[in-house]
Amino acid sequence: MTTALIFLPVAGALLVMLLPLRPFAVGATALLVALAEIALWIDTVARFDFNKPGLQLEEQQTWFSDLHVSYHVGFYGFSLWLVGLTTVVLAAAIGYASWAGRERPRAYYGLMLLLTGALVGVFVSQDLLLFYVFWEAMLVPLYFLVGVWGGAGRLRATLLFVIYTMAGSLLMLASIIVLGLSQGTFDLVGSGTNGSDWIFLGFVAAFAVKAPLFPLHAWLPDTYRESSPEVAAVLSGVVSKAAAYGFLRIAIAKFPGPVSDFRTPILVLAACGLIYGSLLAFRAPDLRGVIAYSSLAQMGLITLGLFAVNDLGLNGAVLQMVNHGLISASLFLLAGGIERRAATGELAALGGMARGRPALATVLMTTGVIALAVPGSAAFAGEFAILAGVFQTGWGYAVVGAVAIVLAAMYMLRLISAVLHQSPGRAVTDAALDLRPAELGIVVPLVAILLVLSAWPAAITERSFAGSQAVSTVRQALP
Amino acid sequence: MLATLNTPPIDWFALAPALALLAAGGVNLICAVFVPRGDRRIVTSVICALGFAGALVAGALLFAHSADGHGVIADAIQRDRLGALTTMIIAGSGVLAVGTSFAEPMSDDHIAEYYALLAWAGAGMVFLSSASSLLTLFLGLEWFSISLYILCAIDRELVGSLEAGLKYLIVGGFGSAMLLFGSALVYGATGRLEFHEIAQVVQQQGLSHDALLVLGLALMIGGLGFKASAAPFHMWTPDVYEGAPTPVTAFMSAATKAVALVLMLRVLTTAFPQEAHLWTIAIAVIACTSLAVGNLAALVQTSVKRMLAYSSISHAGFMLIAIAANNALGGRALLYYLIPYCAMSVGSFAVVAARERELNKPVTIESLAGFGWERPLLGGAMTVFMLGFAGFPLTGGFVGKFYVFSAAYDRGWTWLIIVGVAATAVSLYYYLGVIRAMYFRPSEELQLAPVAGGSPPRELVLQTAVTAAIVVTVGSFFAVQPLIDAARHATEALFL
Repeated sequence: MTTALIFLPVAGALLVMLLPLRPFAVGATALLVALAEIALWIDTVARFDFNKPGLQLEEQQTWFSDLHVSYHVGFYGFSLWLVGLTTVVLAAAIGYASWAGRERPRAYYGLMLLLTGALVGVFVSQDLLLFYVFWEAMLVPLYFLVGVWGGAGRLRATLLFVIYTMAGSLLMLASIIVLGLSQGTFDLVGSGTNGSDWIFLGFVAAFAVKAPLFPLHAWLPDTYRESSPEVAAVLSGVVSKAAAYGFLRIAIAKFPGPVSDFRTPILVLAACGLIYGSLLAFRAPDLRGVIAYSSLAQMGLITLGLFAVNDLGLNGAVLQMVNHGLISASLFLLAGGIERRAATGELAALGGMARGRPALATVLMTTGVIALAVPGSAAFAGEFAILAGVFQTGWGYAVVGAVAIVLAAMYMLRLISAVLHQSPGRAVTDAALDLRPAELGIVVPLVAILLVLSAWPAAITERSFAGSQAVSTVRQALP
Repeated sequence: MLATLNTPPIDWFALAPALALLAAGGVNLICAVFVPRGDRRIVTSVICALGFAGALVAGALLFAHSADGHGVIADAIQRDRLGALTTMIIAGSGVLAVGTSFAEPMSDDHIAEYYALLAWAGAGMVFLSSASSLLTLFLGLEWFSISLYILCAIDRELVGSLEAGLKYLIVGGFGSAMLLFGSALVYGATGRLEFHEIAQVVQQQGLSHDALLVLGLALMIGGLGFKASAAPFHMWTPDVYEGAPTPVTAFMSAATKAVALVLMLRVLTTAFPQEAHLWTIAIAVIACTSLAVGNLAALVQTSVKRMLAYSSISHAGFMLIAIAANNALGGRALLYYLIPYCAMSVGSFAVVAARERELNKPVTIESLAGFGWERPLLGGAMTVFMLGFAGFPLTGGFVGKFYVFSAAYDRGWTWLIIVGVAATAVSLYYYLGVIRAMYFRPSEELQLAPVAGGSPPRELVLQTAVTAAIVVTVGSFFAVQPLIDAARHATEALFL
């Protein structure tokens, strides 16, 4: 079951890459595989028992025995939601790409499907080495997707992206080797906790770069701007969550001692990132810039929740991971749609798009309002839980978080107003149509899920950790 | 009176791989005379491939039937699984190298000699891989080196080929001289030629601090370092790799390195276990130097062959970490690492050879532009090899690095892991640079004119060889267990 979730997209990728299909058929096949993946995930949810602590739907197979490395996969409640996020966002991204049309479609969709498989693998692997394998396997398709199909500055963007992420990843590899060999096993479930600060920092380096956490975000603006919109959606929506997941599953679960040693610096950096990202988002001159920096801010917020290390914070962080994944994916896809129409993402050249384009206005407004965490929205539930959680650690962090929510309202309303309201910008002509049915079919499901989560955030907060006992689940049931 | 010469009993089975290759070379020389010129290329290449395949099979049989390693032919060579596995690696590289050579635009004049020398170089390496005395060590080393000196210079129409051969001859001769001098000093100190007897004498007579012995050891490490192209004994590598015909480079970069490193492991662990406190440090230093020199110099190369030459220096560094670890895990790591490394090495030079034939000029990073889209198989293969060299998962290169670092950790040298990790980070720049050139930049941008219009040459043999290299590179990632078991069987006797 779990294995099928990883290898269905991989098989789809091979199919798409090797079969001589016509360009249209390639996109359709890829989309079909992505939708089948969602169906498979729904089936997984149906089989999952949310009341049971511990690993479920587990599969294990020895890979090489002398160092005790195995192919070990399985689900926890929170990984189930992140896999769901992956399947949904990737399906939307593939749908968007097949609607917008991409050159060299066989390579493109093959890589997108490989990326799906690698992301699912990251969220379900229960062996350190296997986790690293999927973590790296995620980078290779991204490298190509940004480097081949990206914008004019793609060479520089990919270089920065790879240098940053690999520097972090390789430190993690060193940590994995030292941790695994010192424990005698690379299994995540069977091994105990560890007290080494250096090993902990190796892991944190990898996750902090990928998230990204302030001040390791230098790769972010270039990469998010230069990649195609759907790849940016995947990057900020899902790939960044892999880092947050790593914080939760490895850094927090395995290193109780170092977490309490380094909690203050990490919380301070997260808070800095939250404020700094929000300010930059407010100042960014283009659509993608706003979304990219708001992503930096939101990852800071999620990190605050995670390193609060209490039930409220962890539950809120998991909910916010899903929320932000859906929000930033929707926003990037919408930004892509707007850029297609106006041929630019400069906020100064946009404006007045609401008139005569009701669908675009409604969808963008709804997403934006959820993103700025208006009370009653899913993001509000997530942020509230995070702030309440981090308040128990130190009230200062909660104050910073509250300030950031105000800043979020500022940059999000600025974006909405610059695109939809004001007088029509010079790049907006009457030829720019409203969202097409296909685009609506791609973005509306994402927004609909957000609306469902707004009405029922407990769907995630009460089903991520058995009995919502997040800390004890992470620390004990995960052992 | 007639003196009776006591000849030792000969274990022909232990010599079978070398004999198969010797026979292939001999038959090829006869073919050079008797086979008409038009058929010579195909006949001799098939015979050479059969020789390597025979060595591969013989190596596999030897592996199966030599569970307990023992000296044969008066202890001149050791019949054991280490030699057998190395034989298989060399023979496998040889088969791939023949596939790479097949369509090489070389004049037919010396094609039979080319394949004869290729087989003999393989024979020398195979023989060397089981050497267990200072005499057979030097014999095997010179045997394959002389074959390679000629192979480097064999294509007289190729600019730089003769220069490469001469350079290799002079510098390689210097390396051989170092090895010979070192061997002589070790013999002078101990009075023994066989590796395990050297160790016994050193232990019995308490020679471990003997200046002669230590100097001899140092010189021997240097001599083998030349063949493994480890820094600071690497000076010949970029020039020779660049100048030699690309298929020869492919074979050299894989097989020579394999046999030199395995021999280093064998000599150091069997002949000098009492000196481990000295040579582990020395090897670790050489490893770090190789990593630094190889990676930093590779960053600025424009010629792909030179870049791969420096990359091979840096990989010698990685594998030397495994030797420096001086533990069972290190032995396993080295033998495992060699399997994907040799496949990636031959494979990547094969792709370079294909591009060379297409453009009819040396391949630079620039001139790879658009190659990935034009030739999907070869481009994809090059991508796999580059990712494998850089240690990305889904290639054996990743597992190899993992084992090497694990061995360093097991030895207690976490700093070596950090050095290795830093080197890997640097290496990403030039490995991914190749991928960037192949896929990210359209060839129109650089205005590369193909040799002569029409579709690119179909090189079925080369493509098969490259595909086989991909299978080994990726397959070794999934089939770690059987390969690591083989590596364990091969090396466990060294670390009893």
